Amino acid sequence: MTKIYKFLDVLSLSRILCFNEKKQVSSMTLREIASLLEAELLTAEADLDRQVPCAFASDLISDILMCTKEPTLLLTGLANTQVIRLSDMIDISGIVFVRGKQPSQELIEMALERGLPLLRTKMTMYRSSGLLYNAGLRSCKI
Amino acid sequence: MAEYWNIDPARQSLVDEFFAQKPEPEVSLDFNIPEKDFNNAGKGSAEVKNLLKRLGIDPEILRRIAVASYEAEINVAAHSVGGKMISNIYDDLIHIRFEDHGPGIADIEQAMIPGFSTADDLVREMGFGAGLGLPNIKKNSDMLHIDSERGKNTVLELIVFFS
Repeated sequence: MTKIYKFLDVLSLSRILCFNEKKQVSSMTLREIASLLEAELLTAEADLDRQVPCAFASDLISDILMCTKEPTLLLTGLANTQVIRLSDMIDISGIVFVRGKQPSQELIEMALERGLPLLRTKMTMYRSSGLLYNAGLRSCKI
Repeated sequence: MAEYWNIDPARQSLVDEFFAQKPEPEVSLDFNIPEKDFNNAGKGSAEVKNLLKRLGIDPEILRRIAVASYEAEINVAAHSVGGKMISNIYDDLIHIRFEDHGPGIADIEQAMIPGFSTADDLVREMGFGAGLGLPNIKKNSDMLHIDSERGKNTVLELIVFFS
């Protein structure tokens, strides 16, 4: 890192540091996430004040399994029940279904049994991820 | 029969000892895995994980076991005509054996390459078929052994140590 900093003037350096600081705002509540993504809550009794430390977005189950090592908000366009089975294996703090994907009643009931909050947004995965990232929600550790 | 072995070198002697002694498990759990039953696939792995959680296994180890087991369970549901998983729990490790009724893996080395997949459209629509199943099992286990060939059944077994 020091090598890189040598080539930067003081102003750019301070900008980078501020930028990093802003990104470290870190966790958001589900309520804030739902509001930002104009999302509908599919699991009525979910605790919207639950803190979400980070997020991951993918439509591939193996990717999600490989990357998620801490409590993570999952953004996905997959709306089959295997997405809920995933939450039995790894620590998912909530799921946002993107592109307006509507999961089945069976899936919603499986989530309710597990106390897993589900949100649904009409936004694309790219837009949803961008908005959350801009708001300071970091990417999960991989 | 074509065989594939991957053993963490640090665990080699413990794995050898395990196969030499063939100890009796403390607990054994069996689950059937029907072909393309994606409503239930993953249940076996979830139950194993819950049991290990109650036994107080370290969360990171638990995650590795759950991921490896789930990927293998999905493989049986997605690629075979059906099979079963037998989970044997010991004091210091878990040994899970997946046996199916065919049709076997044509080329195991190829199947181990990240991104290689023979999954059909149904399986891909479910979000599987990324070609990361076997690499994910390898990554999250201390021992992986696959015995298979085209036209035969497949046996996949894995070991994860608890510490």
